[in-house]
Amino acid sequence: MAADKVDPIHQFHIVKLIPINIGGYDLSFTNSALFMVATVAIASAFLYLSTSSRSLIPGRLQSVSEMAYEFVANMLRDAAGTQGMKFFPFVFSLFMFVLVANLLGLFPYFFTITSHIIVTFGLAALVIGTVIVYGFMKHGMGFLKLFVPKGVPILMMVLVVPIEVISFVSRPVSLSVRLFANMLAGHITLKVFSGFVVSLSALGALGVAGSILPLAMAVALTALELLVALLQAYVFAVLTCMYLNDALHPSH
Amino acid sequence: MFVTSAFAQESAPATEGAHTGTEGGTHSATEVPAEAHGTFPPFDPATFPSQLLWLAITFGLFYLFLKKVVMPRVGGIIEVRSDRITQDLDQAAKLKGEADAAVAAYEQELAEAKTKANAIGQQANDATKAEAETVRKKIEAALDKKLGEAEASIASIKANAMKEVGTIAEDTASAIVEALVGGKTGKAEIAAAVKSVAR
Repeated sequence: MAADKVDPIHQFHIVKLIPINIGGYDLSFTNSALFMVATVAIASAFLYLSTSSRSLIPGRLQSVSEMAYEFVANMLRDAAGTQGMKFFPFVFSLFMFVLVANLLGLFPYFFTITSHIIVTFGLAALVIGTVIVYGFMKHGMGFLKLFVPKGVPILMMVLVVPIEVISFVSRPVSLSVRLFANMLAGHITLKVFSGFVVSLSALGALGVAGSILPLAMAVALTALELLVALLQAYVFAVLTCMYLNDALHPSH
Repeated sequence: MFVTSAFAQESAPATEGAHTGTEGGTHSATEVPAEAHGTFPPFDPATFPSQLLWLAITFGLFYLFLKKVVMPRVGGIIEVRSDRITQDLDQAAKLKGEADAAVAAYEQELAEAKTKANAIGQQANDATKAEAETVRKKIEAALDKKLGEAEASIASIKANAMKEVGTIAEDTASAIVEALVGGKTGKAEIAAAVKSVAR
């Protein structure tokens, strides 16, 4: 169907590749799972192979790996201090996973796993779960001081504490929705403009001439989406670092 | 219509809330949906278990791989490099210290050599002067001696000459006396006369 080609939602459809059903749950290996595997495989292979020579003077690819490593290390150290470095493998994995998933999604016909709310929510829930579990493990009930800012009058506490609780609860939502919405909106926009190119071209010579404008838009949007892909991976990692800082130092 | 509605309704009653409005059973599980309406795919709960499971599997493996293999390696590379840089800097500082010490030692030796050279020069000068002095003294002494000898010989020659003068005078006197007076005069008388006149 021609309508399929210009349907901007089409790219988000989950297609079952290997149907698996265990205990009444649909656990099929889908195109989404395939791209998760691809993301992990590409990121792992890049990090592994680029550093395999262990050169004292790094080559280009090794430099990229080292820069990513030091970038995340500095980010985490700035946000959560040296104590936060125990979460470094976690934050680095998150950053690389989201980054590679976003970048991979930019290729035409590729599935963007971060454009599905459940994936970003899964990652955000993992972050907040880590914060809560580690926070209570390390500080016990002292972790609840997170909701009681220092130096606030008792009367104000009635107001401040619920606000703090709400802001904490909304964190997994904002963290996941931010990434999901950015990727989704970007890909829909790209698809809409690309769809204009296809539809207009089908109208004959005048249409082909008219399709130059949406084509230019699509090119510009691709560049913007590249920026968004990098930026959202960075934002996700930075916020993770800040939330982990709360787990380490709950009293503000 | 979305791809998994029929499948989900049959097998997962827990997720039925989102699908009550859809007509199930008309699509096979693997069919790509043609209609744009239906559940928006990212919000389709039927895909959630599968996506969460595969996310957990892939991200878990990724985390383990990075933690066990990649991060020790990259961290090791960076650490080795920073160690190497500090080591090189230390060595450079050490070598610089050695070079400075060598320069200082060289300068000290140079200064020592200079003073030594000066001392040697002075000594040589002094020795030469002393030697010249002794030689001069020796020569002077020799000259003095020769002068003395010469003076003595002059004096003796003079004395001889004076003696000769006396004899000549006596001879002359005796000859004069003989010619004037005639006859011989005693030699002793003439000598005495000459001596008194000479005085």
